Amino acid sequence: MDFLAILTNALRGALGPEAAIYALAAVGLNVHFGYTGLLNFGQVGFMLVGAYGTAISVLSFELPLGVGVLVGIACAVVLALILGIPTLRLRGDYLAIATIAAAEVLRYLYRSEWAEPLTGGVFGLKQFADGFFELNPFTGALDLGPFDFSARALWLMVVAWSAALLAAGFVGLLVHSPWGRVLRSVREDELAARSLGKNVFAYKMQSLVLGGVFGAIAGSLLAVNSQSLNPDSFMPIITFYLWTIMILGGASRVMGPILGSVVFWFLLTFLDSFLRQAIGAGLIPSSVLAPSDIGAVRFAAVGLGLMLLMIFRPAGLIGNQKELRLDVR
Amino acid sequence: MSGEHETSGEEVLHEREELAQAEHAIAESSPSVGAVRAAEALADVEPVPGVAKLDPILVADNVSRHFGGVRAVEVDHLEVQRGTITALIGPNGAGKSTFFNLVTGFDQPDSGSWSFDGTDITGTSAYRIARLGMVRTFQLTKALMRLTTLENVMLGATAQRGERMLVAPLRMVWKRQERDIEQRSDELLERFRLSHMRDEYAGTMSGGQRKLLEMARALMVNPSMVMLDEPMAGVNPALTQSLLGHIQALRDEGMTIVLVEHDMDVIMSISDWIVCFAEGKVIAEGRPSDIRTNRAVIDAYLGARRALPDRADTPKPVTEDET
Amino acid sequence: MTPRLLAVLTALFLGVFLGPAAAAVASGHPAGMHGGPTLSSVAQDSEESLQGTLRGPDREAVSGVTVTVTQDGAEVGSTTTGDDGRWTVPVPGPGAYTVTLDTSGLPEGVAPRTVGGDVLDEVVVRPGASQGVIFQLGEGEPDDGTGGGGSFDWGRAAQLLVEGIKFGAIIAITAVGLSLVFGTTKLINFAHGEFVTIGAVAAFFLSTSPGNLPLVLAAVLAMVVAAVVSGGFEVAMWRPLRNRGTGLIQMFIVAIGLALLLRHVVLIVFGSRRRQYDEYTLQQAWDLGLFRITPRDLTITLLSFAIMLAVALMLQRTQIGKAMRAVNDNSDLARASGIDVERVILVVWILGGALAGLGGVFFGLTQAVYPEMGFALLLLMFAAVILGGLGSAYGAMIGALVIGVVSQMSTLWFPASLQYMWALLAMIIVLLVRPQGILGRRERVG
Repeated sequence: MDFLAILTNALRGALGPEAAIYALAAVGLNVHFGYTGLLNFGQVGFMLVGAYGTAISVLSFELPLGVGVLVGIACAVVLALILGIPTLRLRGDYLAIATIAAAEVLRYLYRSEWAEPLTGGVFGLKQFADGFFELNPFTGALDLGPFDFSARALWLMVVAWSAALLAAGFVGLLVHSPWGRVLRSVREDELAARSLGKNVFAYKMQSLVLGGVFGAIAGSLLAVNSQSLNPDSFMPIITFYLWTIMILGGASRVMGPILGSVVFWFLLTFLDSFLRQAIGAGLIPSSVLAPSDIGAVRFAAVGLGLMLLMIFRPAGLIGNQKELRLDVR
Repeated sequence: MSGEHETSGEEVLHEREELAQAEHAIAESSPSVGAVRAAEALADVEPVPGVAKLDPILVADNVSRHFGGVRAVEVDHLEVQRGTITALIGPNGAGKSTFFNLVTGFDQPDSGSWSFDGTDITGTSAYRIARLGMVRTFQLTKALMRLTTLENVMLGATAQRGERMLVAPLRMVWKRQERDIEQRSDELLERFRLSHMRDEYAGTMSGGQRKLLEMARALMVNPSMVMLDEPMAGVNPALTQSLLGHIQALRDEGMTIVLVEHDMDVIMSISDWIVCFAEGKVIAEGRPSDIRTNRAVIDAYLGARRALPDRADTPKPVTEDET
Repeated sequence: MTPRLLAVLTALFLGVFLGPAAAAVASGHPAGMHGGPTLSSVAQDSEESLQGTLRGPDREAVSGVTVTVTQDGAEVGSTTTGDDGRWTVPVPGPGAYTVTLDTSGLPEGVAPRTVGGDVLDEVVVRPGASQGVIFQLGEGEPDDGTGGGGSFDWGRAAQLLVEGIKFGAIIAITAVGLSLVFGTTKLINFAHGEFVTIGAVAAFFLSTSPGNLPLVLAAVLAMVVAAVVSGGFEVAMWRPLRNRGTGLIQMFIVAIGLALLLRHVVLIVFGSRRRQYDEYTLQQAWDLGLFRITPRDLTITLLSFAIMLAVALMLQRTQIGKAMRAVNDNSDLARASGIDVERVILVVWILGGALAGLGGVFFGLTQAVYPEMGFALLLLMFAAVILGGLGSAYGAMIGALVIGVVSQMSTLWFPASLQYMWALLAMIIVLLVRPQGILGRRERVG
């Protein structure tokens, strides 16, 4: 077993573009849940409309990629409005089910034959992000001993991590303002906030839109990252990943989602590499675990991790344990 | 009506009479400015349900609300005199809290209209009503647990520039106002003797402290009328006195207080006017002395004590924050 | 579900900002570039394939028919069905493929049941999976879904209504547990779908090798298995968590974690293939005039209704049922009046688990057994429970029937791939109009 290789892989996973993209989407989720208490289980839906908004703009309407990203953001705003108007007046648990259902409805819709002229249906879309890679200032690969990142990956990493950090910083500014105070009061008790003259619905909507926009940008980056797009890449499990990331880092902490994503992807890639090596080296007999089962093991591990986190350390890595003890609801 | 009922009614009447005299003596000894003012304003008002007041701040007409087939509230006409402490009393499930919820915009009635300070606020949403100056508290205290005591109070301030999303990231726009709000909050915390809890999470407070906090928070809105839903429930006797003092002081400053309360001693000692609900209707109103001897009130209480509580009509003991 | 609403939704999400011109997607994607899930760096070295067994209307194997697999218009592979009707086409990796049946090779009088039924263009192959593909063949010329010349096809409508009621009844018996658990503990049990899967999979292993039990017996044992798992988690996890004062949101997220864990453990044990039970798979449908139904499906439907009736009777008449309703109404009051709330909750979990397990066997019989079946059903169960009003067991049953009928009947007008979408949309629309559900109560504030 090559532990160095496993570690390098894991580190690469922790720093790679995917970790950054998930961090960005989780920052959005943190606005929803961490600061406003909205149980959004449809964050992947925002990523989907963001990604498709971008790709369709480029492919079907020949707009520049940058404009495409703006279109993706606009789609997320519309989705937030459509979703929010009926559901934000509902009790939290209804919202959870309505959002997960809405994300699934979107996925069914985008992959349907009706939408095929625009979305490519089940075949998806490809090659729409050339504009992004043409701007790549990096000319060669980065080689740091065991690490090496291609120029392409490097460019994506820089952009995605910048986006995630900027988003987190912006959220930090916002939540430490009177606006953030109202948001947190809505999370604690929306009736109390209303009794003090706060338009709770408007704040929830603003929160839903803001977090959704971060989700949409993450979706666009995801599409750019792989240069291909398929509705079935936007399964509900992505949302569960994001929840795990947010809680792992620490909900209602500005840097929680960033830290959470790094650690999450480190652990996930570590497990992946480790199992692959262990099966390859015969340490785990293939009768017990075939290489094709590794994907399932990793999903199971995420599930178990989410459970254990929520039971034993719901405040996550940098969450405020004291704050959590007050959670009597 | 049975003979037995008559006798016990008679007994209660007698008991109440005695109590009243004792209380009257206490009240006489130190009538505050507000109490005198309120007594004058209400001096010529007939103690009958739906009677008109000299200067009503809240007027409700034909307000009704049904849960399923059960009548929760059916108020033909009710006025609340400005600058008084008005208590709503009545047996459990009489519709006091529901009436509260209706007029403050937290529940929608089946019919009816009401106005506050001359403005028709029928169907106005709760947050707008609060901004107009009618602020309420809740039966189960709603301290914002994971906000500090100071943040809880500061939240109450209205027209905060920094509460607008687009302005929020620009600190310089709201910094000055924030400082003023903080100063006002500190004064209120001082007044309610909560300064030592200033930077603690509100979730760490005792039940009584939370009641005080809720009141301080409500005052930050600068209301002209405060509606208190059972302000004494779950508060230890030592704090009760101080809470009562605060309520009376607010009235003396010219604020109108409406409260729902079960403790008869409290009500009789601080109210200027009492409205009695039973089965959703206003069955009596008047000064404490009128209510004490009111036949309908006593029947309502005794009747309620005899009959088993109707489950559908009883408020749920634990009401989550659902809308 | 008006076409107008649909148009609005489609327009909004597919580029209303970009003007009405719905230009065709730029063609000429480099073919052969694989377009599968790109989110996870899944194993590429495993052997994915598409496979199936081609059967005619009487479930007899159809041999010698060509099946072609394409991706993005490029042919991936092609094969001919064997004597047993079986066919397999290996594919280069996970992703979405189009599978086409050469109808010219079909025997006389056999045709796809629906127009376009010879092309399945959304077949997704998961990493390492051998994805089953079913071509639904019927007698005679294909039905074009609108009954020929535009007139409404009442026969097909009746058939779909029956299918919908059957499907709804299965959802109903699985949703009862979800609703009762929510009512008594206020927990939205996201892992409820996994009890369905566990039931179905347990019955599969018990009825095929190594168990080889008759399916009826296996189904009963599967109910026991699902009940034990369900009750076991209550005793080992949920009860301690409740006693610790864990928040509802926290428990909800724990349930999501549990769902992920259980589903993928099942996936490792069972594999990702869709499989059928050995028994009751080949049945001649009875022609009952308006519609056709196999004895199996009729039995399942009637049994499901009998179970619903039994649950209703239990809730109304028996001691434990009344206790359940009392805890549902107000658990503090129930506790104060001497009801052993913990015991009631345990019974609810066990009952809910058993019914979910049985629902899983039914679902496996009418469709197929596969690890994602529980999750597919879960969203429909949620839709049913919300439609009927959270916490109302009767509401859940009614909601389930509505969901079943809506999802089946939608195929009269819309593509079958969207049938679940309509069910979920129905739920969202009900939330808009009547947030408390059909039988739910409006709740008080403050």
